[in-house]
Amino acid sequence: MTHVLDPTAAGRPVTTGAPDAFADVTRSDSAFRAFLHGLPGVDQVGAEARAAQLGTRSIKTTAKAWAIDTAISMVDLTTLEGADTPGKVRSLAAKARRPDPTDAGCPAVAAVCVYGDLAGVARDALAGTGIHTAAVATAFPSGRASRAVKLADVRDAVEAGADEIDMVIDRGAFLAGRYLDVFEEVVAVKEACGPAHLKVILETGELRTYDAVRRASWLAMLAGGDFIKTSTGKVSPAATLPVCLVMLEAVRDFRDATGVQIGVKPAGGIKTTKDAVKHLVMINEVVGADWLSPDWFRFGASSLLNDLLLQRQKLRTGHYSGPDHVSVD
Amino acid sequence: MTSVFEYAPAPESRSIVDIAPSYGLFVDGEFTAGQGTPLTTVNPATEEVLSEIAVGTDADVDRAVRAARKAFTRVWGPMRPADRGKYLFRIARLLQERAREFAVLETLDNGKPITESRDVDVPLAAAHFFYHAGWADKLDHVGLGAAPRPHGVAGQVIPWNFPLMMLAWKVAPALAAGNTVVLKPAETTPLTALLFAEICQHADLPPGVVNIVTGAGDTGRAVVEHPDVDKVAFTGSTEVGKQIARAVAGTQKVLTLELGGKAANIVFDDAPVDQAVEGIVRGIFFNQGHVCCAGSRLLVQESVHDEVIASLQRRMGTLRVGDPLDKNTDIGAINSREQLARIRELVGIGEAEGAHLWQPAGELPERGNWFKPTVFTDVSPAHRIARDEVFGPVLSVLTFRTPDEAVAKANNSTYGLSAGIWSEKGSRILSIANQLRAGVVWANTFNQFDPTSPFGGYKQSGHGREGGRLGLRAYLKES
Amino acid sequence: MSDRLAVRKTYKLYLGGKFPRSESGRTYSVTDAKGAFVANAAWASRKDARDAVVAARGAFAGWSTATAYNRGQVLYRVAEVMEGRAAQFADEVAAGEGLSAAKARAAVDAAVDRWVWYAGWTDKLASVLGGTNPVAGPFFDFSVPEPSGVVAVLAPQRSSLLGLVSVLAPVLATGCTAVLVSSHERPLPAITLSEVLATSDVPGGVANLLTGSAAEIGPWLAEHADVDGIDLAGAGTAAMELERSAAGTLKRVLRAPAEEPDWTADPGLTRMTPFLETKTVWHPIGV
Repeated sequence: MTHVLDPTAAGRPVTTGAPDAFADVTRSDSAFRAFLHGLPGVDQVGAEARAAQLGTRSIKTTAKAWAIDTAISMVDLTTLEGADTPGKVRSLAAKARRPDPTDAGCPAVAAVCVYGDLAGVARDALAGTGIHTAAVATAFPSGRASRAVKLADVRDAVEAGADEIDMVIDRGAFLAGRYLDVFEEVVAVKEACGPAHLKVILETGELRTYDAVRRASWLAMLAGGDFIKTSTGKVSPAATLPVCLVMLEAVRDFRDATGVQIGVKPAGGIKTTKDAVKHLVMINEVVGADWLSPDWFRFGASSLLNDLLLQRQKLRTGHYSGPDHVSVD
Repeated sequence: MTSVFEYAPAPESRSIVDIAPSYGLFVDGEFTAGQGTPLTTVNPATEEVLSEIAVGTDADVDRAVRAARKAFTRVWGPMRPADRGKYLFRIARLLQERAREFAVLETLDNGKPITESRDVDVPLAAAHFFYHAGWADKLDHVGLGAAPRPHGVAGQVIPWNFPLMMLAWKVAPALAAGNTVVLKPAETTPLTALLFAEICQHADLPPGVVNIVTGAGDTGRAVVEHPDVDKVAFTGSTEVGKQIARAVAGTQKVLTLELGGKAANIVFDDAPVDQAVEGIVRGIFFNQGHVCCAGSRLLVQESVHDEVIASLQRRMGTLRVGDPLDKNTDIGAINSREQLARIRELVGIGEAEGAHLWQPAGELPERGNWFKPTVFTDVSPAHRIARDEVFGPVLSVLTFRTPDEAVAKANNSTYGLSAGIWSEKGSRILSIANQLRAGVVWANTFNQFDPTSPFGGYKQSGHGREGGRLGLRAYLKES
Repeated sequence: MSDRLAVRKTYKLYLGGKFPRSESGRTYSVTDAKGAFVANAAWASRKDARDAVVAARGAFAGWSTATAYNRGQVLYRVAEVMEGRAAQFADEVAAGEGLSAAKARAAVDAAVDRWVWYAGWTDKLASVLGGTNPVAGPFFDFSVPEPSGVVAVLAPQRSSLLGLVSVLAPVLATGCTAVLVSSHERPLPAITLSEVLATSDVPGGVANLLTGSAAEIGPWLAEHADVDGIDLAGAGTAAMELERSAAGTLKRVLRAPAEEPDWTADPGLTRMTPFLETKTVWHPIGV
């Protein structure tokens, strides 16, 4: 049997800096730009090749069973449609609590993610389950509103019962190089969140380059985001393996430098068990087991859950299942 | 919930290959007995004997050269070039069709991870035939004037590190140019060449066009020194390359040599560091470091030395060492006991000379030939491990302060096969690439190969190129 | 006819851009084709050869990185200066090779034209021998020819000027630097050519011309670890042994045919490609 030489290696910090090591990089626009542009570059071809290589890992039998249950437990079961209703959200919450009605051993998902006006419905439906209520806010998905409106959006959602807020950054400002504006907005949102966890959506499909993804990741982490999240799901491409790789490297480096651990959430486009397992492999080998937990890694997804359930049934029963054997959402 | 993600074993099935208890020589289209005392070939991961291999004597080699000469004169030489090309296309397709079988067999015989034989060796071998097939009827365009002529019989001797791929690098251009071939595979890795003989049969390749004579050094010498061989191509050690160059001196034989290396992989302080670490790993641990162009000397700018080495060590700890047939293995078995002994000897010298050795924690399999991925820091240019080719998973780290110093240290070698540069600054990359005395320079990447891309060394890494138009020219002369 | 007594030239070596005598102090008599004494030539020693290699190595960095355009201009300048001294070359060729004045002049003209031909090659080689390679991946991949380094040239024994230029010019055109050993019996055109090189913008050390015996110096050059290539044109029966010696450091070897060839023939690329390496460079294509 092949084995990894040093199971603790991936998660081992290479340095530990003081938490306030970066306290003054946001002192001015130019200082912040200099800092973000001083981060190591990302070679697109190399990053994509590494992600593809990790994607060739062969996860079978017991490892696959473990991975499927872990992935289910990391799902932020999401509905973000204009047509969403309380009924739809309650139905989703029921599925979140018991994804496979035929198997009580199937873990619950991590959270249900909805628009802010439905956060209360979700919270009520999930009461007592330990499943989190996540709400998108800050004029999701475009983020094109005044800061006052965005902050009100956040406060509304938190008051309605959301304990996790998924905000979007101002990509326009980011791409225009107004990094400090973006930073200050995240800081303000974090403050508005109060006790709620903040996930910062970078919308990597609009940032276009991995260099920008790395910079945006650092910006969001420095501003106090608890998670960095790839995408709204409304822009293509959404989550991709190499984007997630770059973000994982960012949280790894951030913890090395500050001692502070930040979570990662790829969202949008992850539809199959295979995709999910590739992400878990990537966590395992890039940042280590510390991130292999719903506290530190989430999948923003809707249809992924059903594929995980189908694969789970296959492993459990030994024969292939079909779409009528899992519930429609 | 925090847990350890253990990968269950994911072995590729070996049932796809059918290894005969013994193999003869492939001469004139048939398997025939060899007159030498047979060798055995073993699986280096388990030390299990895989098969008994015929050994070609001088007389056997003579028989093979005669067959090749006859095929050259009567069949392959006069054949319509387009038809020669079609045979090569057939071979390419047959390799693709049986890719999985070749990959498993290569891994069994060589010890390399199945992911590498599956994703690198076999696809590149097929690609070489596909590429050269298209050349067969376009030889007027190689740059040797109209109607260039093949040399005749090519004697080719290949190494054990990429057995099938090296076969393809040798056989495909030779045949495309109209030569016939006597090929001597490496003593420890003959099996994929013998399976390739079957491909030649299935392709209905005329008898004698490809002859495969297995054996050890004496057999290779007989191929190189046979008076009716017109063109000699060798890939292997610099020491043997020198012997071959001496042997062909004073003859009309045309010679190309692809020999050893001690490549510098230069990491500047503005490198894309995560990709650089991957490139360092790919550079030295790919194929257990059994790579002539391996990036075995890491030259890292002093200002980022500690950071790069720490990241590299962390990454090395995640390498998966073990069963080469397991699809999750990153580092397989060392090909032979002899090679393992040489690696151990040089590593011992490195320690004795005062370099600092680091290996990841963890155990190696008990049975078989294994060596942990190893990095030496505090290496000085005078150390043996900074100068001699280890041909194993052993990296020597040196530092530099300025671009000039990097170039001077990189070029301070009798070898000149390959080099790497990691920097985000385009003009610096081009400047350093210009100054490096090496035949292949990988900038922000490493260990990439392609049939269209000429490969070969400066200085004592050999001469001549393989791949591309230039590689093909080595098998042709002006008419 | 003038009754002025001619001022004769002392023929010396050309080494590192200077004209020293042999460090050994040795000379030998050069006679014309009929056996009459013409001059004493310096008889280069192995130490002179060693010094020449040092000079050639020192000049390599500058010459090999000069622009191809600049190298072409320098080689063309050699042709210009040589043309102006055509009469002197013709006299030496006629005397040394026993040719008629017309035939000697034709050889000189051909030699000048050969410089012009190679001058035009310097900035074509990379496009003829190099190019981009369409690899199956997201990489920009290109190959360029580069000079091998220091090349030892054993000049032809018979063709003292056209043969000499035909072996020296291609080495310089590639960007290599040269240590050349002239024809033993017919060294005078080599020395005169040195004077042309010294006044034609060829940097000192790029071409080093030794008179003496290829048989004596050849083995030292063939074994010299800092020599990258060797042209055996004038090696004669020693060629095989020299090639064997050259194998010890894997030199690039340009073999000689059994008989000295017709130097008037179009040489194509055959005298340049042996002393050119190919460098292939890969870089990812990404944003």
